[in-house]
Amino acid sequence: MTKSALVIGGGIAGIQASLDLADRGIHVYLVERDATIGGVMCRLDKTFPTNDCSACILSPKMADCNGHPNITTLTYHEVLSVDGKAGDFKVKVLKKARYVNPKECTGCGDCIAKCPVKNIPDKYEFGLTNRKAIYIPHAQAVPRVALIDKDYCNMLKKGKCGLCQKTCGKGAIHYDDKDEEITLEVGSIIAAAGFKVWDAKIATEYGYGKFQNVVTAIEYERIMCASGPNRGHIVMPSSGEDPKKIAFIQCCGSRSEKKGWKKYCSSVCCMYATKQAMITKEHGDLQEDIFFMDIRSYGKEFEAYIHRGEDEYGINMHRGARVSNVEEDPVTKKLTISYTDDENNGVSEEFDMVVLSIGLAPPEGAEEFAKTLGIELNEYGFCKTSVYHPLETTREGIFVTGAFAAPKDIPTSVAEASGASAKAGAWIVDENFERCAPKKYPEEKNVEGVPPRVGVWVCHCGINIGSVVDVPSVVEYAKTLPNVVIANESQYACAQDCLESISAAIKEHDLNRVVVASCTPRTHEPLFREACRDGGLNKYLCNMANIRDQCSWIHMHEHEAATKKAKDLLRMAIAKASLLEPLVGSEIPVTNAAAVIGGGITGMTAALDIAAQGYPVHLVEREKELGGFARNFRHKEDGIAVQDFLAETIKKVESNKLIQVHKGVTVKDIPGFVGNFKLQLSDGGEYPVGAVLFAVGAAAYEPTEYNFGKDDKVMTQIVAEKQIEEGKFKGQDVVFIQCVGSRNDQVKYCSRVCCAASLRMAIQIKLQNPMANVTIIHKDIRTYGFREELYNRACQMGVKFLRYPVNDAMPAYDGKVVKAYDATLGAELEIPVDTVVLAAGITPMREEKEVLAKMVKVPISKDGFYFEAHQKLRPVDFATEGVYVAGAAHWPKFMDECIAQASGAASRMLTVISKDKFISEGIVAVSNHNLCDGCGVCVGCCDFNAIQLEEQPNGTLKSVVNPGLCKGCGCCVASCPAGAMEQRGFRNKQIIAEIDACLDYPVGGE
Amino acid sequence: MADFEPRIVTFCCNWCSYAGADGAGVARLQMPTNFRIIRTMCSARVDPEFILRAFSKGADGVMVLGCHPADCHYIGGNYRARRRIALLRMVLEQYGFDPKRLKLEWVSASEGEKFQKTVCEFIDTIKALGPTPLQKEAN
Repeated sequence: MTKSALVIGGGIAGIQASLDLADRGIHVYLVERDATIGGVMCRLDKTFPTNDCSACILSPKMADCNGHPNITTLTYHEVLSVDGKAGDFKVKVLKKARYVNPKECTGCGDCIAKCPVKNIPDKYEFGLTNRKAIYIPHAQAVPRVALIDKDYCNMLKKGKCGLCQKTCGKGAIHYDDKDEEITLEVGSIIAAAGFKVWDAKIATEYGYGKFQNVVTAIEYERIMCASGPNRGHIVMPSSGEDPKKIAFIQCCGSRSEKKGWKKYCSSVCCMYATKQAMITKEHGDLQEDIFFMDIRSYGKEFEAYIHRGEDEYGINMHRGARVSNVEEDPVTKKLTISYTDDENNGVSEEFDMVVLSIGLAPPEGAEEFAKTLGIELNEYGFCKTSVYHPLETTREGIFVTGAFAAPKDIPTSVAEASGASAKAGAWIVDENFERCAPKKYPEEKNVEGVPPRVGVWVCHCGINIGSVVDVPSVVEYAKTLPNVVIANESQYACAQDCLESISAAIKEHDLNRVVVASCTPRTHEPLFREACRDGGLNKYLCNMANIRDQCSWIHMHEHEAATKKAKDLLRMAIAKASLLEPLVGSEIPVTNAAAVIGGGITGMTAALDIAAQGYPVHLVEREKELGGFARNFRHKEDGIAVQDFLAETIKKVESNKLIQVHKGVTVKDIPGFVGNFKLQLSDGGEYPVGAVLFAVGAAAYEPTEYNFGKDDKVMTQIVAEKQIEEGKFKGQDVVFIQCVGSRNDQVKYCSRVCCAASLRMAIQIKLQNPMANVTIIHKDIRTYGFREELYNRACQMGVKFLRYPVNDAMPAYDGKVVKAYDATLGAELEIPVDTVVLAAGITPMREEKEVLAKMVKVPISKDGFYFEAHQKLRPVDFATEGVYVAGAAHWPKFMDECIAQASGAASRMLTVISKDKFISEGIVAVSNHNLCDGCGVCVGCCDFNAIQLEEQPNGTLKSVVNPGLCKGCGCCVASCPAGAMEQRGFRNKQIIAEIDACLDYPVGGE
Repeated sequence: MADFEPRIVTFCCNWCSYAGADGAGVARLQMPTNFRIIRTMCSARVDPEFILRAFSKGADGVMVLGCHPADCHYIGGNYRARRRIALLRMVLEQYGFDPKRLKLEWVSASEGEKFQKTVCEFIDTIKALGPTPLQKEAN
């Protein structure tokens, strides 16, 4: 019998892991101890560095997860025990009594209105508001059903009340509901238990819990959020008035030896504080100050984000400023904070509000959870992993993902979640594996010859649309338009409740077209199409009006004009929708093999993960040897030399029968499309593959600074490390210069790995020669996460740190002495040296990337790395289907991060190549043979060779489109002189209807 | 003429320029409201008939935005669009219609700022040209 997989934790990591497994036909139990999935991410307002609305990008995934036929979502369940072994676990799970039958509950909220027990602190809102004893966790909860809090319910406690049961029209409330134990049989387990926010009350010096206007960052997130307790209006808790000055205090709970504080860096706070400050500026004009020790913007496009915050938004950044304490004026409730400024002066300043950038701590009950699972935790209380096996716990068959392993941001969690699902899948997919049956949809209604009946949904998107566009008036306007049967407004159209209402309305109102006015179809069209299918409507009968990205967001201060524009866009969308026709895609076979370009650690890891599930892989390496950049490393991780690990990995790859290694060759071209690429190599080889991974890595920057190459005293980290590990390092007076080739005018980004590498070497030098003088000259030390340990250790061992101002010139070097300005001492220092180690950054190898990028039409970011489909939630996918990216080709990263991301990409590739066929897009070109003259203009026009002239029985030539090859660009349609070519979904008459609807009416329909 | 608010129809290809327009939104780049976007999968899908239709219905300007040369998601669609638009501009001019009212520009998925700049400049151009001579007499 085929076993299921178990995912524990329903945050973004757990959701992604479940979706990846489920998309490969593996059944998943997703167990979440809270009453809704979504974790912390669904409580955030916006996400850095794109400032995407968190709910907007997460809601589709939550809805996907809940609606997926292969996922059994068990909310309000808890794991009790795990017996058995990998491949054959027996897991006891506690189904906690909800007292409401989720199958019967419609989420109408009538019971909540009647419940007399009020004033229970709302955990979801971090106690900022209250809820009733019967409640729905929040408006976008999935599943959106009620439950009773037994600690407060009068009926359950005293047997008196019963109002909710009487109110419930569905009879969904059952006071006799009991906790139940169920047993699940699973092949593997993914622990995605997440994190909890650090308890700010420990930091008594900042007055949290004592001073009303001191809030934690997570509370502030809710305060900012449109769906939060203040409806997105930022006010001072003491007075309800708008604050004029806000201070953000970084490292609250992190990077300190103080009692109750965490020694590690929480990795995400610098970025989220900057985000909060930026978003606050969008709410109103006020002064904002961020106080930090180092700003740690090490991720993709993070550095540019910080600069944007500082330069464009005018946020005051206070570097090297640890705030010592916060005092409150008892009368005005204003807060005075004390800190040390750039010039080492003690300064006090008054603010209206203080936001504490609290760190990330292990999840509630982590120790007990670890015991239940039989896994070990590390010294910080997070799940124990290792550099070479970042997704594996200490128990075979149990994997970890997300912040449960270490504090980390969302894209890293998402990539790892996919990675963990690749690992977990390997315990389930064997020769006896049977895929889950595909999802069943209701039969599609016949719309041919039936007049259009359009249902319209207009989304507020929290305040993203609603604060600019007058949504109710757009809805009223829609009702006046031809063919519109119903028009509704929705807080979040993409949330589960609205999607369900769309499906229901199709049946109830006999709708045959659906139009959603919300965000961009590029991200959300699949979701609304799915809702149509669930309602028995062909998915191509759905259309969207983009009134957020292309209206409310770009016309934020023009309420009236933006409202008119929204009406116009909606009218155009309805006009087109009325002419849409149902389309059916063709079945396209899939080649069950993968290509991995790049034979470094990343490429090899991905190849092994894919091969582990029984699919052949072509691994292409342009060098004569596998190993990539890691061949330069001489250090050890977790006590094992990188070279030993590398040799072992190469051996595994080369001895794997499913992996065909192509060394010393390059890729000539990759024609084809998802499921059907042809990998053409420089040695003439040609191999059909279904998916392609770009794991081409990056290169070390070759310094031109500091007389490098001419002066023997000056070396890069790679050379220094080699000398240190071989015991040949002779430096007595050593200076490390950070950010050589990074964070300057030419290369604006941070190379992420250099700080930790310098610290690691500095420690080694000190271990070998405690008398050595080692100085690290830096802008910020960016040892995020548990790497902070290196920083602490280096400090304890007497390594000196010299911080120079970010915008100043690089330190000078004259062959004997390094001169640098020390921002802490406020003086120019001269350091005699016999060795200068340059922390040379990472360069993207842009030209090489571009060659590959052009073959499959994928973009390159402005920094020269590959640009993924979505920075937050699709970190290893490209917009071009079937092509993926991982490792340093995506962004500079550490080896463990490369390994985890490689597994993530492998998982994404498996979702493609594990299928035998897929259904093609419906929006292909089609030739009307009654009109076609057989001239062949379209044939020459098609860059994909999808059109051929075929002789018909009557001897005439007619153009014929191969739907498997047609990409649906519509180029041939515009070229056809006879008007015979048409593009389904973008027919001439449909586009002309849009043009006419735009111009035949006055602006805004008035 | 000071309060002349031009009506502009903008065709964006799905992969680059429509994404660039979304990108302008994500970055909250502000711009006038005078334009309405119609999405096609590729700039090469924009049949000259669509442009003429828009002008005949009273559009003061039409923009066609595509991927940068060599960046087209469909290999060479933007090159075809470029030729068609060049020809169409000649035709428009022959009929005494100012070809400046039709603009072709390249905007990539990551160029929110270029989208903003292109839109603002085109609106200024059209404002300087004044209302379309084809404006319906009713207006």
